[in-house]
Amino acid sequence: MTEQHRPNDTPGGQQAGQSHAKHHHETGPAAEETAAVVSVDTAGGAMEPSAVPASAQSGKLPGGPDTLLRRIFTGSGMVSVLAVFLALVIGGLLIASTDTRVATTAGYFFARPTDFLAALWNAATRSYIALFQGSVFNPRGNGLAAQFAPLMETLTIATPLITAGLGVALAFRAGLFNIGAQGQIIVAGILAAWVGFALHLPLGLHLLLVLVAGIIGGALWGGLVGVLKARTGAHEVILTIMFNYIALYFLRYLLNTPAFQRPGESNPISPILDPSAVYPQIFGTQYRLHLGFILAIGATFLVWWLLNRSTVGFEFRAVGANPKAAQTAGINVSRSTILVMAIAGGLAGMSGVAQVAGTEKVLTDGVAATYGFDAITVALLGRSTPWGTFAAGLLFGAFRAGAVQMQIQTGTPIDIVLVVQSLIVLFIAAPPLVRAVFGLNPRRKKPARAAKNTKAATTGGAA
Amino acid sequence: MVRVLKLELRGITKRFGTLLANDHIDVVVESGQIHCLLGENGAGKSTLMNVLYGLYEPTEGDILIDGKAVSFRGPGDAMAAGIGMVHQHFMLVPVFTVAENVALGAEPTKAAGFLNLDETRRRIREISDQYGFDVDPDAMVEDLPVGVQQRVEIIKALVRNAKVLILDEPTAVLTPQETDELLDIMRQLKAGGTSIVFISHKLREVKEVSDTITVIRRGKVVGSAEPTASTTELASMMVGRAVSLNLDKAPATPQEKTFEVRDLTVIAPNGQHVVDGLSFDIARGEILAIAGVQGNGQTELTEAILGLQERVSGSVTLDGKELLGRSVKDVLKAGVGFVPEDRKVDGLVGTFSVAENLVLDLYDKPPYAKGISMSPAKILENAKARIDEFDVRTPSAAAAAGTLSGGNQQKVVMARELSRPLRLFIASQPTRGVDVGSIEFLHRRIVAERDQGTPVMIISTELDEVMELADRIAVLYKGKLVGIVPAGTSRDVLGLMMAGIHPDEHAHSQPAGSRPAATSDHAEGVDHD
Repeated sequence: MTEQHRPNDTPGGQQAGQSHAKHHHETGPAAEETAAVVSVDTAGGAMEPSAVPASAQSGKLPGGPDTLLRRIFTGSGMVSVLAVFLALVIGGLLIASTDTRVATTAGYFFARPTDFLAALWNAATRSYIALFQGSVFNPRGNGLAAQFAPLMETLTIATPLITAGLGVALAFRAGLFNIGAQGQIIVAGILAAWVGFALHLPLGLHLLLVLVAGIIGGALWGGLVGVLKARTGAHEVILTIMFNYIALYFLRYLLNTPAFQRPGESNPISPILDPSAVYPQIFGTQYRLHLGFILAIGATFLVWWLLNRSTVGFEFRAVGANPKAAQTAGINVSRSTILVMAIAGGLAGMSGVAQVAGTEKVLTDGVAATYGFDAITVALLGRSTPWGTFAAGLLFGAFRAGAVQMQIQTGTPIDIVLVVQSLIVLFIAAPPLVRAVFGLNPRRKKPARAAKNTKAATTGGAA
Repeated sequence: MVRVLKLELRGITKRFGTLLANDHIDVVVESGQIHCLLGENGAGKSTLMNVLYGLYEPTEGDILIDGKAVSFRGPGDAMAAGIGMVHQHFMLVPVFTVAENVALGAEPTKAAGFLNLDETRRRIREISDQYGFDVDPDAMVEDLPVGVQQRVEIIKALVRNAKVLILDEPTAVLTPQETDELLDIMRQLKAGGTSIVFISHKLREVKEVSDTITVIRRGKVVGSAEPTASTTELASMMVGRAVSLNLDKAPATPQEKTFEVRDLTVIAPNGQHVVDGLSFDIARGEILAIAGVQGNGQTELTEAILGLQERVSGSVTLDGKELLGRSVKDVLKAGVGFVPEDRKVDGLVGTFSVAENLVLDLYDKPPYAKGISMSPAKILENAKARIDEFDVRTPSAAAAAGTLSGGNQQKVVMARELSRPLRLFIASQPTRGVDVGSIEFLHRRIVAERDQGTPVMIISTELDEVMELADRIAVLYKGKLVGIVPAGTSRDVLGLMMAGIHPDEHAHSQPAGSRPAATSDHAEGVDHD
């Protein structure tokens, strides 16, 4: 039984006080299963069977999420904020380490340490100021419009991140690890683009049809995963990865067929979408920001409502948190699995539409860029809550938008932003590390038996 | 004669954050005694024993062995000092032999690191003969009955020269007969000079075997008692107020039979018939208790009725309507209330609020939802009413259900299931892990449901509970019905039936498991409608 009582270092994304509780209860099963005798009376308390080994119980169920993954995805928002901060600090140090002035001053560090520290500070802050200027507000801009251009660019880039992130987050709340946003964006892009350039319809109706086609495309691609999972028990991670490849190569194939290839062009690129099929630019033509962003706000609200105010969302959350109890309460787990994957795919599909009808206006094999994968990070950072995902999408949009300006102004490579993004994920995945850095770890001499009464409290409801 | 030792816990305090699990506990275990720690779940018994076994460091206080203070850094130290522990969940490797399990952790080796199990085998035989354990060192652990596995655990401790043996809720997994055997073994060990710390909340066993009883409540020693004290006295000490252990329920007034099960068979994925040709009825206003040792098909039986099992044949009708082949949702809609045996796994979503859990199977029905739009106000309103009615102790309706105590979690499940009009009420292990005070309350609610004219089916592995609640008792063994007997059937007879032996065959000493189903068909004095 030592397993149960050993201090745990498992990543646990919980408020400090509760994290012990969870550990205590979630490390138990291994030991308990080893002792697999008949299941036993719980009297006595200490060895209370944990709720976790549901998989060990009779009956197979789709969708019981891996608990570790679950904790990472639904931990506290505080850890997210601290993780971002920490990643920025380390990113700053990395930037500074490539700076020549820092290197020079380091040479006489012991003679005049202040020079070195000043250089260090300057190098890091210069880059981050450039990053800020490139993503939010550029005071050197010519007029207010130009000064706010970076912000508009941030919102533009954030749009597909937000909707695809919502797709990943929603699926995760239902216990499914949806890595398939990439493929869903691509399929949505194919359908939306085709409707956009092949059909010629009146203004308004055309765009509506483009949007609907995209959402349906994504929903089918996601829903198909749900069906396969529910019917055959195949794991959604493997399914979605494979579906990403299928979508990508299918797109490449299509772009070399007459139906999709631009006439007179040998490159794999589609015709430009009809003007009636593209999103209007919200703040005039000088910005790329388009209607898709407004729709992303709407989608965020819709997902919030769905999760917290609708019976469908109640089912998703119940299935995600405890599929066995959900099934016992009469919830159709298979139906939930299919439905949530379809809705998640539809949300990712909105990203595909934003790409082809918003920013790109054509279909290429780079239509999804890496938005589908970044969406996973966005959902992770947003703790799988709708508004958290929204905020995380904005942040990542800002990183992307600002990185270019940063490179131009300070010569800091764009890649540093990717490093910062990766560090954020790393820290989110290791909350004890983050808490240790900030001295927030509760003293843990021996894990709590007190836990008994405070166990389990992942973010259950509200966004 | 082994050296005996006197064990003393002095002022043991164990604090977890703000929670005081043990508050200055003093216990003296005299050598060669059976010392019982009696207390409700969560009273702090197990924490205390984990301190003694070196799993926890005490916040304050000392452990003294023969008057000398010792400190244990881990179970290894405790074992070296002569303390052995048999956990409620056995720590055995199922695919290892008895000897391999016993040797595990302190494997004797020959030259070049080869295992030498001969010495271990010899010790096992020696101990087995001395106490009449009847354990074969070369038997595979997974093939042994639970009672024998428990003896292997005890042997493990004795091989390591344990002078004090801690038994944590040892009878929870045993049939009544196995329990009696265990109590015998405990007496023999005592005679052999081993002290035993016996943790239990089952008053009957405690009274039978203990020399001294220490009662623990909320982390404190509230007193000690003689084994001659009455069960009511002991229960009152445990709970801290007068409790009535007798339900005093009115006799049942069974009406028409509305729930019928015919030839119900459930086949497990491995092809085993886990429920095998069950037939029984329950009348309105009657409680049928299904007794049996855990793992004899009870879980599958309830799951089959509810629509959670896949390979099911036979027929289950409620009010003349067939339930088999329908979805869980439909079965619930037909008026079945269901309290699953493992509330944490099947009954509650731990991360959901109490309010959400109180509508877990009603969330999509009015007034809680209109179309797909839910009404948080109505859900909260319902929660407040249920929390009041069932006296659920929760900080608020918004608290996560997983943070409540076992008894309060059970009240949430029970409150939810009883909050709608029912045509059949099924409760599996309705009071498992529930404190004595709540047991009384929950039992009264079950009887109240019966008195409203609902057929009630109780599945329990606790014989006391079965005898308390039942109007009729059906006994399951290996998925088959051994028989249905009237309430008031003696504990001995029920115990035999739980081992698969029909009382009529007992005279011929039939081995367990022989033709139990066939037997029940010809049994006399057995209710068979």
